[in-house]
Amino acid sequence: MGRASSKEDAGALFHSLRSAYAATPLNLKIIDLYVGFSIFTALIQVVYMAIVGSFPFNSFLSGVLSCVGTAVLAVCLRIQVNKENKEFKDLPPERAFADFVLCNLVLHLVIMNFLG
Amino acid sequence: MAAPESSAAAVPTLYTNNALRNAFGGVLAFFILLLIGVMAFSIRLFSVIKYESVIHEFDPYFNYRVTQFLAKNGIYEFWNWFDDRTWYPLGRVIGGTVYPGLTLTAGTIWWLLNSLNIPLSVETVCVFTAPIFSAFASWATYLLTKEVKGTGAGLTAAALLAMVPSYISRSVAGSYDNEAVAIFALIFTFYLYIKTLNTGSLFYATLNSIAYFYMVCSWGGYTFIINLIPMHVLLCIVTGRFSSRLYIAYAPLVVLGTLLAALVPVVGFNAVMTSEHFASFLVFIILHVVAFVYYIKGILTPKMFKVAVTLVVSVGLAVCCAVIAVLVALVASSPTKGWSGRSLSLLDPTYASKYIPIIASVSEHQPPTWPSYFMDINVLAFLVPAGIIACFSPLSDASSFVVLYIATSVYFSGVMVRLMLVFAPAACITSGIALSQAFDVFTRSIKFQLPGIASNTEVDAAETSSSTAEAQNDVEKSEETSKNRPSKKSKKKEKEEKPLPKAKAEKKRLLALPLDSSVISLLLLILLGALYVVHCVWAAAEAYSAPSIVLTSRSHDGLHVFDDFREAYAWLRHNTDVDDKVASWWDYGYQTTAMANRTVIVDNNTWNNTHIATVGTAMSSPEKAAWEIFHSLDVKYVLVVFGGLVGYPSDDINKFLWMVRIGGGVFPHIKEPDYLRDGQYRIDSQATPTMLNCLMYKLSYYRFVETDGKAFDRVRQTEIGKKYFKLTHFEEVFTTHHWMVRIYKLKPPKNRIRGKTKKPKTKTSTTSSRAKRSGTGKKNPWH
Repeated sequence: MGRASSKEDAGALFHSLRSAYAATPLNLKIIDLYVGFSIFTALIQVVYMAIVGSFPFNSFLSGVLSCVGTAVLAVCLRIQVNKENKEFKDLPPERAFADFVLCNLVLHLVIMNFLG
Repeated sequence: MAAPESSAAAVPTLYTNNALRNAFGGVLAFFILLLIGVMAFSIRLFSVIKYESVIHEFDPYFNYRVTQFLAKNGIYEFWNWFDDRTWYPLGRVIGGTVYPGLTLTAGTIWWLLNSLNIPLSVETVCVFTAPIFSAFASWATYLLTKEVKGTGAGLTAAALLAMVPSYISRSVAGSYDNEAVAIFALIFTFYLYIKTLNTGSLFYATLNSIAYFYMVCSWGGYTFIINLIPMHVLLCIVTGRFSSRLYIAYAPLVVLGTLLAALVPVVGFNAVMTSEHFASFLVFIILHVVAFVYYIKGILTPKMFKVAVTLVVSVGLAVCCAVIAVLVALVASSPTKGWSGRSLSLLDPTYASKYIPIIASVSEHQPPTWPSYFMDINVLAFLVPAGIIACFSPLSDASSFVVLYIATSVYFSGVMVRLMLVFAPAACITSGIALSQAFDVFTRSIKFQLPGIASNTEVDAAETSSSTAEAQNDVEKSEETSKNRPSKKSKKKEKEEKPLPKAKAEKKRLLALPLDSSVISLLLLILLGALYVVHCVWAAAEAYSAPSIVLTSRSHDGLHVFDDFREAYAWLRHNTDVDDKVASWWDYGYQTTAMANRTVIVDNNTWNNTHIATVGTAMSSPEKAAWEIFHSLDVKYVLVVFGGLVGYPSDDINKFLWMVRIGGGVFPHIKEPDYLRDGQYRIDSQATPTMLNCLMYKLSYYRFVETDGKAFDRVRQTEIGKKYFKLTHFEEVFTTHHWMVRIYKLKPPKNRIRGKTKKPKTKTSTTSSRAKRSGTGKKNPWH
């Protein structure tokens, strides 16, 4: 009995999550897609390292950290652009995007240097 | 009507009055900051005025030599420099083992000035780098405290930091060491972190990471930042102050900061593999989990959220346990649990004395005594608790950070004297807050009670308008933070807001202290500040300005200057070959390579314990054994510092116990009890025979009896034990004017060996002819 109800609960939970997420605006969904893509790339790199070995460790580090870094920065952009967020209501989204680009520039400069 | 008209007319004048007041305040603050910078620079110039513009101590000479190399050869050569003039025969990879921030900064300043045709020498730039950066550090303190409490507190904290003796001691003109630049980088990084936390802007987060990179380049103490900030984030999460600004402040810093730290060759992969950084990764993961939880909570209904929680907890707990088990196994597999020796000695203060005698022997690594607290931070010692309480009166993210900073830095300053330096900015910030609040209360009391009703009403109107503005800000803030906090708090704030302005004005009038007591208290506070200034100037002038390479003493016949160190190094530079190797105790390594330009065996970097133990064993052995050891290292000259004639207490005989301990730690035939009589090291007639025969004794006291006939050692305050002896394997080549530095040369090995031949038979025929010439007369000293 408990199991069946927990299964029902899981199903209801999944359904409600899905419906709540469908209500988010399109630009936020695009950012979420980008975050998912970069995390997925990072995972691929980790699996590759597990198979092949980590010899040029700096290359591995810079690859994984660049994926994680862009994911984190995209999440920050999403926070700042989200209209439901009261703290950032007087921050124009163009400014948020400009900050995002600047931070990415610095990140990738460092990555290029560290890639070896 | 008259009343509304006058009030209507009063409002614009009030507004312009306020704007004028703000503008005047801004200009005043700017000039005060300028004066604070000038004061910070000038209070550190005592050593240049009293002695000369010279580099102090030991470590700065290494930095100076590296900067000279950088200025001469450029940055590519500097990154790839392999130094073969130290740690002979091992050498040292300078590019990979030095923190480049300080030398690159001074090199850049020198290059910039020279390209503008201002021909300052490298030495001048090196000497004055520290005072300039201390001015920058006080400006950074102003910015940091302004973010926490406001402009008044900022100016007070900046003025306090400009003069605090603890910071002066490591940043006088001439003290060209890492801390000169690193403290500025530390405070600036903290300022940018707090600014990001307060504004939530990604731009400041980027600047924060770059400032952290500068800190990693400059000093090994950067691990303090990368552990304090995660601790603060954890504190904010646990006390319910999680917000999206916290995420923006912390997450980019971890990723970008780790990458930038890995860029610096000294740190390299330690940025991801040592335990000092694990805290940041752990809190990174925790932050993401918490952020995700808040996000899910925001988009789900409460019932669904409960279901999600039970589901996740049951599944997630198993995964968590597995991950933690793997992590614990990884960390426990290394003997020091992944921490470096220096960090371990901070966490466990007894670690160094048990396992690593070199770390224990450095005088800066000893715990401080109580008087040194009062000497180093003076009045701030009892303003700090008041500041901590003031930080709590509205507790914001920034003020909780200040409280955490001061708590951790007090603990670490209690472990190691050197870390009083990290405690000083925290003390200045909290004391600045306390002093500024106190001034605020007293001046407000005086203002309320000054004669003149017009000024009172104007002040009242201004106070009520400012208090309504404050109330509006409070409501806004409560709205922003109410999204993630329980709704009870926001409701309470809204209720309070309406009766707030009137109650505040009345409360303020009630809280005003009596006029005379507030005036007297104000005067006493100013007196306190004056006493602090007097103490700081005295400490800077008398206690911390000694270059320690030149000593002075006053006696009835005037000022004596002891310039023996530079005399000895100059002698070495001019009277020996370029490739000659000089052996001495590791204290003098940096100075020897920088000033005498000769290859040394061990120096202050102390990275190779066995090599230092070899030199220590040689100094503790009898002459022949010591000669063998030195000869195997190609040493030509041995340098010994001796203070017995003039009473200089930091000479090699006083450091001898460390030579025995470190040598005995690696070579078991050196046993410390052999040198002790009744548990003490003695050099008088009661000394043990091992002590009287060891190389250090002989090289220090050779011909000492010729100075005053009685061989009275002024430091140990006794006559020495063995007064008349000859050296068999060494010959004295130079002793400085006050006998403070003595240089000996290794005698070359004899060409023939009488008695048992160790060499093959073919050689004895060629040496036998020489044996006839020099065989008669003198006793053979070699057997």
